[in-house]
Amino acid sequence: MNSIDQNTALLEVRNLSKHFGAVRALSDFSMAVRPGEVVALAGDNGAGKTTLIKAISGVFQPTGGEILLRGQPVAFATPQEAREKGIETIYQDLALADNLSIGANIFLGREPMRKAFGFLPVLDRKAMADAARETMKRLDFHVSRMNAPVSNFSGGQRQAVAIGRAVYWDAQILIMDEPTAALGVPEQRKVISLIHQLKAQGRGVIFISHNLQDIFAVSDRIVVLRRGVQAGERKISETNHDEVVKLMVGG
Amino acid sequence: MTSTSLAKPAEQHVAPQADHGDPAKGLIARIAEGRAWLFLAGLLICFEIWSRVAFGVTFVLNPFNLQSIAIFAVAPLLLATGQTFVIISGGIDLSLGFIMGLAAVIAAHATNMAGAAIPLPLAMLAGILAAVVVAGVPGIINGLLISRLKVPPFIGTLGMFGVARGAAFLLAGGTTVPVQNSWFALLGNGKFYGIPYLVLITAVFVIVMHYLLSQTRFGQHNYAIGANVQAARRSGIDIRGHILRLYVLSAMCAGLGGALYAARFTAGAAQAGEPLLLDSVAAVVIGGASLFGGSGTIFGTVAGALVIAVIQYGLVFVNVEPFWQFIAVGVVIIISVLIDQAQRRFSGGRQDE
Repeated sequence: MNSIDQNTALLEVRNLSKHFGAVRALSDFSMAVRPGEVVALAGDNGAGKTTLIKAISGVFQPTGGEILLRGQPVAFATPQEAREKGIETIYQDLALADNLSIGANIFLGREPMRKAFGFLPVLDRKAMADAARETMKRLDFHVSRMNAPVSNFSGGQRQAVAIGRAVYWDAQILIMDEPTAALGVPEQRKVISLIHQLKAQGRGVIFISHNLQDIFAVSDRIVVLRRGVQAGERKISETNHDEVVKLMVGG
Repeated sequence: MTSTSLAKPAEQHVAPQADHGDPAKGLIARIAEGRAWLFLAGLLICFEIWSRVAFGVTFVLNPFNLQSIAIFAVAPLLLATGQTFVIISGGIDLSLGFIMGLAAVIAAHATNMAGAAIPLPLAMLAGILAAVVVAGVPGIINGLLISRLKVPPFIGTLGMFGVARGAAFLLAGGTTVPVQNSWFALLGNGKFYGIPYLVLITAVFVIVMHYLLSQTRFGQHNYAIGANVQAARRSGIDIRGHILRLYVLSAMCAGLGGALYAARFTAGAAQAGEPLLLDSVAAVVIGGASLFGGSGTIFGTVAGALVIAVIQYGLVFVNVEPFWQFIAVGVVIIISVLIDQAQRRFSGGRQDE
């Protein structure tokens, strides 16, 4: 078996638990994401979705259980380590520096440098702009003003920049926390189409949303969390809104 | 499921509008960005007309005036250079004025002491070096307080304002410390082809700082931290290390300002930078930075410092009561912030409300 094989999970979580003192935010939770698969994570507020993604992305150390990346057990001390292994989290509030260009945001924290006049190290803005243009093109997002700060762009476009950053750094697994929450309808559509493209590129996506319509539009499977435990897992093609809602609220 | 065809690939091809490429907005933004230089040009024109009408002499074309304005601008500009970095990061450094005073006293003492042992030019360099290095100490404390102990910059540096003030007066023995060093005096008052050494040193320093802010990772991270500290942290930027270096840098700018003050007056005085602190903040704001962080440039700050210097010198030149200076500078600050707000509203960017 190799990593391209559809049967090897890109990411697998086995019996993961996270306790905060006596509070069991997550117990014995298992799930897997295969290449080119979008797995939706649903659940009410406080069900443990955020705890789960923070454990996967290295923000928390899990209390128990293991995380496997292409079959290999991994442990992340920091979010940077998770990112280096190809797990990128796209937060609800986007984590963009509004005053910087798309390129500068993609390269934030790892800016390319060049030598001016053969000796003076300076930021390589051209390389940043070129890489940004290339990346955004791959996401079917065409921008002419590469120097404009991202505050000039709309919510969906900014979401695309955040996704573009993950794509540029070759993230294999993207965790997206409510990516459509703050967007208008056309923008939501654009983000959904971006997720389809990520899927087509063979990446794995964990998609967290409250919006069942979005979940049904984009996901292959849905995993429902309730009070820190897995309340159910369904193929999207074999379930419907009512069943998912029942799983969420425990009917 | 409803009939929205979200999942149909054929209909997803909604190429988003590339950007808001409205040339008129671009022009407004550009004017707002360069407003400090426009202010400066406007002021120079006003004073030129005023001077010609009232006294029949030129204001701008008189090299003595230009030299005096440049000399006037040196000390506030040095403080404002460091302040620009701090304000872009979303902080503020209130201790700079007395760090400058402390550095001036240290420069005077160190130059005198070194002058007894080593040749005068070396003693001068030792004095300047000592001033800059000692100024770094309150900078380190500011940086540690703000980055490790999460003290708000306003309060942390306000505390250091008091500490540096007391330390400076104690070291000076409550008086000014005269410097006995002809080289130091020459540095403070000599000229190179009509340009004062102080102005040359400041110009070189400002260019280096412009490079640091606009062309290096340090500068880039500074903008990012000012705009969105969470984003910067998640991108793997070492926020604590950056903030520490930032406040050391701004304190060292004040240290250089103190050393040059001691050279100009051949004396170190604890109150050297007292009136300059707020001028430095004003220069940064007039120069186009937002006190909310994330924007500003060194050249904007240069223009801001020159605007203040032109107002101060120009009003004296045309023989207006000096108290009008405060009013004029205050009005320019307010207008500058109003332009900034208006521009943000126009460009649809982040608004500070």
